[in-house]
Amino acid sequence: MGAGETRPPAQRPTNRLEGMAQASARVPFKLKVAVVWIVIFVILAFLFNAADFDTEFMRSRADFVLKGLTYTVIIAFAGIILAVLMALIGSLGRLSRNPIAYGVSGFYTSFFRGTPLIVQLFLLAFALPVIVGNLGLPQSIEDLLTLDPFIVGIVALGLNYGAYMTEIFRAGIQSVSHGQSEAADALGMTYGQKMKRVVLPQAFRVIIPPTGNEFIAMMKDTALVSFIGVSVEQSEVFRRAQLAGVEDFNPVEAYLLAAGVYWALTAVFTFFQSRLERRISKGYVRGAPTAAPKGTNIVSVSGQGSSGGDLPMVVDEGVPGPELGGQGH
Amino acid sequence: MTGVRNGEAVVRVENLHKSFGALEVLKGIDMEVDKGEVVVIFGRSGSGKSTLLRCVNFLEDPTSGMIEVSGVRLEGGHRTKGKREQVRQLRIKAGMVFQSFNLFPNMTVIGNVIEGPVTVKSIPEADARAIGLDLLDKVGLADKADEYPIRLSGGQQQRVAIARALAMEPEVMLFDEPTSALDPELIGEVLAVMKSLATDLHMTMMVVTHEMGFAREVANRMMFFHEGVILEQGTPDEMINHTKYPETKKFFEAVL
Repeated sequence: MGAGETRPPAQRPTNRLEGMAQASARVPFKLKVAVVWIVIFVILAFLFNAADFDTEFMRSRADFVLKGLTYTVIIAFAGIILAVLMALIGSLGRLSRNPIAYGVSGFYTSFFRGTPLIVQLFLLAFALPVIVGNLGLPQSIEDLLTLDPFIVGIVALGLNYGAYMTEIFRAGIQSVSHGQSEAADALGMTYGQKMKRVVLPQAFRVIIPPTGNEFIAMMKDTALVSFIGVSVEQSEVFRRAQLAGVEDFNPVEAYLLAAGVYWALTAVFTFFQSRLERRISKGYVRGAPTAAPKGTNIVSVSGQGSSGGDLPMVVDEGVPGPELGGQGH
Repeated sequence: MTGVRNGEAVVRVENLHKSFGALEVLKGIDMEVDKGEVVVIFGRSGSGKSTLLRCVNFLEDPTSGMIEVSGVRLEGGHRTKGKREQVRQLRIKAGMVFQSFNLFPNMTVIGNVIEGPVTVKSIPEADARAIGLDLLDKVGLADKADEYPIRLSGGQQQRVAIARALAMEPEVMLFDEPTSALDPELIGEVLAVMKSLATDLHMTMMVVTHEMGFAREVANRMMFFHEGVILEQGTPDEMINHTKYPETKKFFEAVL
């Protein structure tokens, strides 16, 4: 073999395809993704143009639709607060050995996870008043149970999401090691003290990120409230879009507008959600013992990669008592 | 140190039985621990020694029998609502140190120590903090007060756990294999703290451990558990050097 033939073939592209592949490898992945997004938007803009939408309508009714954001956000916030309360109570019930607490919470999650949200909305809005009316209750209680449609929306979303989040909360509470619960018991804490001081603060680290996801999902489901006859003034985004579309015979433009508003809204909250998630997971590494199984030596595990210099391995001075001799090993 | 009983029992256990399903782990235990006495409990794994300790403060509900800690007397068996409060009162009098430390990771070291006094005994936080810092000083960790437990070595964590239990001013300290989860070089610091509890504070202690050096030096009495009963008990000298039972002898041969 001659010396001239030993040149490695990979140094020079053998054909055009390989050349492109090599050039592509030098472009950062994020940049490529950005290009993909731009292309999608260009195509969408072309289609939008080709469809000849009534942009004047969209511009003129945007204010009216955007006013619904206030109500969309109010419903979602109030709904998630109710859902968190229901999930907390529901999960404690699911983890209880009290048959009433266990049974009632089991019924709650089974019904609200087993029926469609839209059906629950209609039941609360239209069936409940009938049932209440037929019970022959005093007028004051009847008035109390006849809910404003806006409130019905909040209650239905809260109950429905609360049932799903019961499982999230239950898993979060169960992720706290049993040893934590025993340590609290051994100090003489009551059940309430143990939950409030020891178990729930640790469980919430697991619970908060998926709760953020549920909140974002709920913001979109607020659109369902448009079906139960909320007053125009209190209407959320989708109902306003519907109203505007019907009024001006421009339903397609109205729905597009609504989609854009929801998308922007969830994009904003998804951004904050992912930041929150990152912050919590950072804290979780340091707080790793919550997830460590009983009996493991946490420090020896977590101390390996991190700042090992902070873990002195010698007996500190100031330990009272003389040294122990003759440990029988 | 000789095992002179002074007749002032802090812990009484009478005819204690404990079963897990069909498995009977404790088959009728009778014992007393006097004020200031250090009792080391040892035996093979599965002999029931840890279960006994966990029954004393009702982390396990005894199947039957009687437990008394510093005047709080409780029957085993089903736990009723009224009994729950009595169990709590009993636990306040019994400090517990676990094999896996079980410090609260969401609280600082001083937070762990004052959690019991502040939450359970409603002691003002400033007062509890002073007591807590004093206790941390006793276990040699005053400088770690504001660290989180994860930043501490296993031996340090266990010493904080001891301080946490002491902060409740218990009548008896229960140690459930306190050094078993530790790296060998960290065991000494924990045993030193336990020894000072016995010699300086004259703390009543029940210690489940295989540290025979500690037992020989600190224990007033040793108890050998075998298949759910106390097979043999006596002073460390009687047990280690003059045991009458082949089971005990075999155990010592394995650990010494």
